[in-house]
Amino acid sequence: MNWADLNLMPAAPELFLFSAVSVLLLLDLFVSDAKRGITYVLSLAILAVAAVLQLAVAEPYAIHTFSNTFVSDPLSTLVKLAMYATTFAVLVYSRQYCADRGIFKGEYFTLSLFALAGMNIMVSASHFLSLYMGLELLSLCLYALIALQRDSVPATESAMKYFVLGALASGLLLYGMSMVYGATGSLELAAVAKSIGAGSANQVLLVFGLVFIVAGLAFKLGAVPFHMWVPDVYQGSPTAVALMIGAAPKLAAFVFVLRFLVQGLGPLVADWQGMLAIVAVLSMAIGNITAIAQTNIKRMLAYSTISHMGFLLLGLIAGNADGYSAALFYTVVYVLMSLVGFGILLALSRAGFDCETLDDLKGLNQRNSWYALLMLLAMFSMAGIPPLLGFFAKFAVIMSVVNIGLVWLAVFAVVMSLIGAFYYLRVVKCIYFDDAVDTAPIVVRGDMKLLLSVNAVALLVLGAVPERLVALCVEAMKQSLTVL
Amino acid sequence: MLTLTHFLVLAAILFAISVLGIFLNRKNVIVLLMAIELMLLAVNFNFIAFSHYLSDTAGQIFVFFILTVAAAESAIGLAILVVLFRNLNTINVEDLGSLKG
Repeated sequence: MNWADLNLMPAAPELFLFSAVSVLLLLDLFVSDAKRGITYVLSLAILAVAAVLQLAVAEPYAIHTFSNTFVSDPLSTLVKLAMYATTFAVLVYSRQYCADRGIFKGEYFTLSLFALAGMNIMVSASHFLSLYMGLELLSLCLYALIALQRDSVPATESAMKYFVLGALASGLLLYGMSMVYGATGSLELAAVAKSIGAGSANQVLLVFGLVFIVAGLAFKLGAVPFHMWVPDVYQGSPTAVALMIGAAPKLAAFVFVLRFLVQGLGPLVADWQGMLAIVAVLSMAIGNITAIAQTNIKRMLAYSTISHMGFLLLGLIAGNADGYSAALFYTVVYVLMSLVGFGILLALSRAGFDCETLDDLKGLNQRNSWYALLMLLAMFSMAGIPPLLGFFAKFAVIMSVVNIGLVWLAVFAVVMSLIGAFYYLRVVKCIYFDDAVDTAPIVVRGDMKLLLSVNAVALLVLGAVPERLVALCVEAMKQSLTVL
Repeated sequence: MLTLTHFLVLAAILFAISVLGIFLNRKNVIVLLMAIELMLLAVNFNFIAFSHYLSDTAGQIFVFFILTVAAAESAIGLAILVVLFRNLNTINVEDLGSLKG
């Protein structure tokens, strides 16, 4: 190993993020509770600088560094930029909510940013070791974030559940990794794929490992039959943290799955396609049907997430570059939609009151017609009603399974999204046709109102011209998956 | 003579015990943490066995990382457990049932 060959530039944004967050952690010690806004502004500044650095070092091809454990390619650049923007929005949306609940502390920001650093590693990993380390950094930060509201029984309980099931998932994933390592003799994704492609790997060990890996990945995505943690965690954690868990980590998890299954275990596509098809069918069915029975809106959104993960998997099942880019597009759109959905819940919450049940949304139109409209956009988009962005996302993934001849799966997905439309429209009905139960005025900070409006209107505007976003995803995917 | 299969079977047994420990345990959250620890150790066993029989050190290096992460993980797990105990005055798994839908 020659130190002169060590090119750290591709990892510059991560290195900056790690060092800046460490400095922030120290600085925060000297900031009094009354001036916590300083930490908040610095966190946003760190995100902005990291995003600029990311753009500056971006190259239209893949560069490996750190002895081939880290890769910077157009896919990782695109997803990282999306994650910076998402985390930025999450911090802005949750400011007032956190301040009202006594969790507007330095820990909240440093943990969020370290979680983001973990996600960056997951997205840029090209080695089992870096995949695992990134995943753990993300998970450990999220466990602590949920438990941040120390006096809340539901929050600590859901932190415990998330911790145990998350650790179980990591264990399954690691067990699968060890099997693949034994079969192929390598931990590097490209070398693993090469060894499997050459047929020199032990097939029994490989298939055994694959089963564990798919189970672990399904756990992390929150797909049925490994979904039991999702509703509890969404419902129990503070809404701001639920938004944090539901937004950027889904992007990271998607790329994580892509790196594992496509870049590492790509030659086994015929084996994992079948497993993913079962997971996708169950997720869409159970997610959408169970969501109908929910009265707690956070729990309903959790089941809706489960069904969205099923749709996302459709793109992966296609097993070709078009399908993967459709799935990437779906994930980006899903994150945009969930930001709006949870953002409205955060806007409607105030000190001592959490907007959690459908009753809390009743008559929102009478109270504030602008937020009612934004929620309407989010719900219509999640239901997949044209001309909103959500429709094009669903269309893209469904087309990708039609293209490989799985028409039954496409029909099933359409039927399930029809069932799903019921509970999304029920929210809209509550907002527009019921009388308000809660009549307190809605007070929202100006910056949050602006960002939330831009975010929701983007669902409509980008829905009118989805080609640009789709083209970005297709381009990134094509340039990154040259091995295919 | 010990072969690779012996090690793999032992690791598989340990892994199975830990998974059963997580799903069948209805008593104590600390037992859950122990089961998680056992699971990671079973994986380590696998990695070291493969590493030895493949004559490749990468697997053993991975084990160091897993051990470190496991230590951090149990620290966070115990911290959550302490907070949970303060709120509920119990660490009985069956009492963790306030979230239902």
